[in-house]
Amino acid sequence: MKNFNGTVLFLNRADINTDEIIPARYLTEISKEALKPYLFEEIHLDGFDPRRDLAGKKIIITRSNFGCGSSREHAPWALEVNGIKLVIAASFARIFRQNMFNCGMLAVELPPARIDHLFEEFASHKTTITTDLARNRFTVAGAGKQEEVPFSLPAFDRALIQVGGWVEYADARY
Amino acid sequence: MGKSVAEKIFDSHFIDNPADDVCVIRLDAVFCHEITTPVAINDLVRRGKDRVFDPRKIKAVIDHVTPAKDSKTAAQGKILRDWARRHQIRDFFDIGRNGICHAIFPEKGFVRPGFTIIMGDSHTCTYGAFGAFAAGVGTTDLEVGILKGVCAFHYPQTIKINIQGTLPAGVFAKDVILSIIARLGVNGATNKIIEFDGPVVEAMSMEARMTLCNMAIEAGATCGICYPDEVTVDYLWDFIQDEFASRPAALAAYQQFKPDPDAQYEAVVDHDVAQLEPLVTFGYRPDLVRPVKAMEGTQIDQVYIGSCTNGRIEDLRVAAQVIKGRQVHAAVRGIVAPATPQVFRQALQEGIIKTFMEAGFCVTNPTCGACLGMSTGVLAEGEVCASTTNRNFKGRMGKGGMVHLMSPATAAASAIAGCITNSKIYRS
Ligand code: SF4
Repeated sequence: MKNFNGTVLFLNRADINTDEIIPARYLTEISKEALKPYLFEEIHLDGFDPRRDLAGKKIIITRSNFGCGSSREHAPWALEVNGIKLVIAASFARIFRQNMFNCGMLAVELPPARIDHLFEEFASHKTTITTDLARNRFTVAGAGKQEEVPFSLPAFDRALIQVGGWVEYADARY
Repeated sequence: MGKSVAEKIFDSHFIDNPADDVCVIRLDAVFCHEITTPVAINDLVRRGKDRVFDPRKIKAVIDHVTPAKDSKTAAQGKILRDWARRHQIRDFFDIGRNGICHAIFPEKGFVRPGFTIIMGDSHTCTYGAFGAFAAGVGTTDLEVGILKGVCAFHYPQTIKINIQGTLPAGVFAKDVILSIIARLGVNGATNKIIEFDGPVVEAMSMEARMTLCNMAIEAGATCGICYPDEVTVDYLWDFIQDEFASRPAALAAYQQFKPDPDAQYEAVVDHDVAQLEPLVTFGYRPDLVRPVKAMEGTQIDQVYIGSCTNGRIEDLRVAAQVIKGRQVHAAVRGIVAPATPQVFRQALQEGIIKTFMEAGFCVTNPTCGACLGMSTGVLAEGEVCASTTNRNFKGRMGKGGMVHLMSPATAAASAIAGCITNSKIYRS
C-alpha cells in the first residue's frame, strides 16, 4: 500500500479541471515520469506558482469538484510522480476519483464545512497530515495545533487501495 | 418500483456487487483511441497480460492527432496499430478511414440501444443518444475492460430533464445543452445519469441528440441518455435489418430501453426552450454562459467548426448555409474539420466543402486536432477562438488561448463578422 502522510498543499478553488492538472499537449508522453514538470502548468489560481509551491508536498486539500473534465488518468499520474498520493476535497468529479483508487491512490471527501475549517485554521501555515487508515482518521498538524479529522472510506475503494488497484482486483475475481 | 433506463441496463448486465452500491457490469463494447489506450496496452504487456476479452467487441481508431505530427504521436499511433493487428481487432480505423471516435463509431453502427460501452475518453457519454449506457473512464478501467470485458460503477442515480417548447429558428441542440449546463452547473450532475426527454428531444435527429448527450459530462454526468424511437431505428436500420423482421419490430424490441412510467428519479427538471436564444460561453468553464447578443462584438482570431460535438453533416450544413456567398473576415482564420470521412464525402457531394473553401476556410482531414490544442489550429498566447467544441478550459486549444463555445451557426456568423455575433439569416 502507498504512503499517505506528508506536507499539505492547499488549493483554494472549486472545479479545478484535469486540463489544469495536466494539459492535453502532454498526453503524448508515454511514461508517467515525463509528466512531472508539467503538473498544474495551466492552473488558474492567483498566488500559486507550481514551480515554487509544489516542492515537498505530498497531500492536496481543495474545494469541490476537483478533477472535472477529461478522463485522463494522466492527472493522478502527474500527481503521483510529484509525490502526491492523497487528495482531500469537498467533492470530486467521478472519473478522476475512480482513477485515483484504480491506481491505488486515495481521494477522500470531507463535508464542505470541514474543508472550510481546515482552510481557515491551517492554509496559511506549514501543515502535515498523518493518515490512519485502520481508524479512518487524519491527524492534521500545523500552526502549533493538532486536530483529528475523521473520514469515511467505502469498502470497495479500501479494497482497491489494499490490493494496489483495479487491475489486480479485477484480474483475481473476474 | 419502476426503473430508469440506466437501471434496466445495469440489471441486465450485472455480474457482481463487490460492496455497497458498486456494480460490476458486463460490457458490450470497449472503444479505444491512440491517446489513452497505448498506456493501457504497455501496462498490460508489462504485466504479462497482453490479451483482449473479445476482439469483435473492441473497436479502435486513431483520431486525436492524425496524421501524426511528431515522433511522439507517431509512436502512440504505432502502439495502437500494432496491438490492433496482433489481436485481430478488425474494426480499427487508420489514416484515410479514420474520424473522431464519437462520430465514427455510431456511424458504423457500433452503438445500439441497451448497450454498455466504455472508452478512455470523457465524451463517451455521447453514445447515450441511442439509449445506451456509455461512460468515459480512465486508463486503468480501460485496461480491465480490454482484458476482462467488465467495469465497476456505482448503481445509477438519474436526473430526468424534460425539454419543453419548440426551438426558435437559429437555436440548436448546442444552445440547448449549454443552457442546461448553465442551469445545473459543472458539478450539477456528478455521479448521475441524465435522461433527456420531452418534445424537443423527440423532434431531434440522432446528430442533434449526440450533441446533447456529448456535453452531459460538462455538467459532471456519467452519461446522457435519450430514449430509442423511430429516429434511432431509422439511423441504425442498415446495421440491424438482419436482426429484425421490420422497423416496427425493431422499435418494439427497443421499447425495453425506455424508463418505466413509475421510475424513480433523483430529480425531474422541466426545461423550457421556447424563449431560448443562441448562447456562448465566456471564461474557463462550460457553465459560464451568456446570450450571444451580450457578447456581441467580442474580437476573435480563429473560428473552429468541428469536433465530436458539432462536426457532423448537419452541423456543416447549417454553417455552410450561413457562410454561403460570404467571406471569412480578413482578421480571422477559419478552420473546418469534418468529423468523419463519410461526413467529408457527403459534404463534398452537397457542395458544402466548396462553400467553405470559397469563403476562405481551411478544410482539414477528420481529426480532433485543435479541439484539444494538439494540432491543426493551436492558438497562440492571448488568442481567442470561436469554437463549436465542448470545452473552454484554460489552455484547452493552446497555452494562453481563450475559447468561446457556441453552435455551428453562431461560429459561422462570427467567422464572417470577425467577432462574436448571431447569424443574420435567422433574424426576422
Ligand atoms: S473532438 Fe475534442 S472532445 Fe471530442 S473526442 Fe476529440 S478531443 Fe475529445
